[in-house]
Amino acid sequence: MWYYEKKLQYPVKVRECNPRLAKFLVEQYGGADGELAAALRYLNQRYTIPDKVIGLLNDIGTEEFAHLEMIATMIYKLTKDATPEQLKAAGLGDHYVAHDSALFYNNASGVPFTTAYIQAKGDPIADLYEDIAAEEKARATYQWIIDLSDDPDLNDGLKYLREREIVHSLRFREAVEILKEERDRKKFF
Amino acid sequence: MFTQFKYWKPYISPFDPCEPIRIKSYSTPPQLYIQFQPPGLPQYPTAKQALHCGTLWPDLFSPYPNPEKKGN
Amino acid sequence: MTTKKLPPEYYQMLEEIQANDFVALELNLYLDTHPNDFEAIKQFNDVSLKSMEMKVEFEKHFGPLMNFGRSFSNYPWNWKDAPWPWQV
Repeated sequence: MWYYEKKLQYPVKVRECNPRLAKFLVEQYGGADGELAAALRYLNQRYTIPDKVIGLLNDIGTEEFAHLEMIATMIYKLTKDATPEQLKAAGLGDHYVAHDSALFYNNASGVPFTTAYIQAKGDPIADLYEDIAAEEKARATYQWIIDLSDDPDLNDGLKYLREREIVHSLRFREAVEILKEERDRKKFF
Repeated sequence: MFTQFKYWKPYISPFDPCEPIRIKSYSTPPQLYIQFQPPGLPQYPTAKQALHCGTLWPDLFSPYPNPEKKGN
Repeated sequence: MTTKKLPPEYYQMLEEIQANDFVALELNLYLDTHPNDFEAIKQFNDVSLKSMEMKVEFEKHFGPLMNFGRSFSNYPWNWKDAPWPWQV
């Protein structure tokens, strides 16, 4: 089971009301390489991965929910008290007519979240390579959002999240090394 | 020691309407070179520094945007 | 209440907890793939103990951090009180 802790993993700040940035950020909320997809992907793979690496998938999957909450906090703060006119000007008019300023699991283009984003092949190597790719894609997405953002406080949180993708990627690469065993045996031709 | 950004020069046609980017770059962070973290790597001196860098180990830290700012 | 303004100490203490817990989390993931690193396990146990102590102190001032029996309650029940992490 899980317990809730009344704190964010990292102190999230945003400098100003900016619904346009919130529209970009939602890619990491309900997008293909976002934090929700990551959390669900890893926690779901736990059931069939070899025992040696279940703990890692469990713990990274759990951390992803903490990241989901950070992204939600950023979106919430960037759009809090924004008027319908401001939302419309930021390209969020379509969002407003369906959701007001509620958060919703969709990507930056408004496409609803789908479990088709989450792979589970049942082959440990295939699944871990999938996870490494997911971390690299999430890292790249954070880079492109940082490129588009001019909010230094927001970027501080985004750089933190980008670095977490790097550490997760390394851990998944280590998990592959653990499962393949015989690391010292190279094949010579 | 590896570098964290790589550069390349794309082909530029006289018929490309946008102002050409002559040098392109991409990020090559530390996890690509480490494979398996060795024990005992040096850590950031304080927990707060680790938190703000997003990792406990300076060897795993990757800057973004590119501090060298070559090309784009 | 919704207008309750938190003192600067709230943010300071919280960030110290976030920093210490981050070290615990980093070591946890590291140990998941390096289960025999004795020094890292020692450090993990040290920061875990420190985490408990810091949270006891924080909860004295700002109420429970965790639900479902992981924190004690004051009277009246104050777990459900705002502000929540995304609001502060």
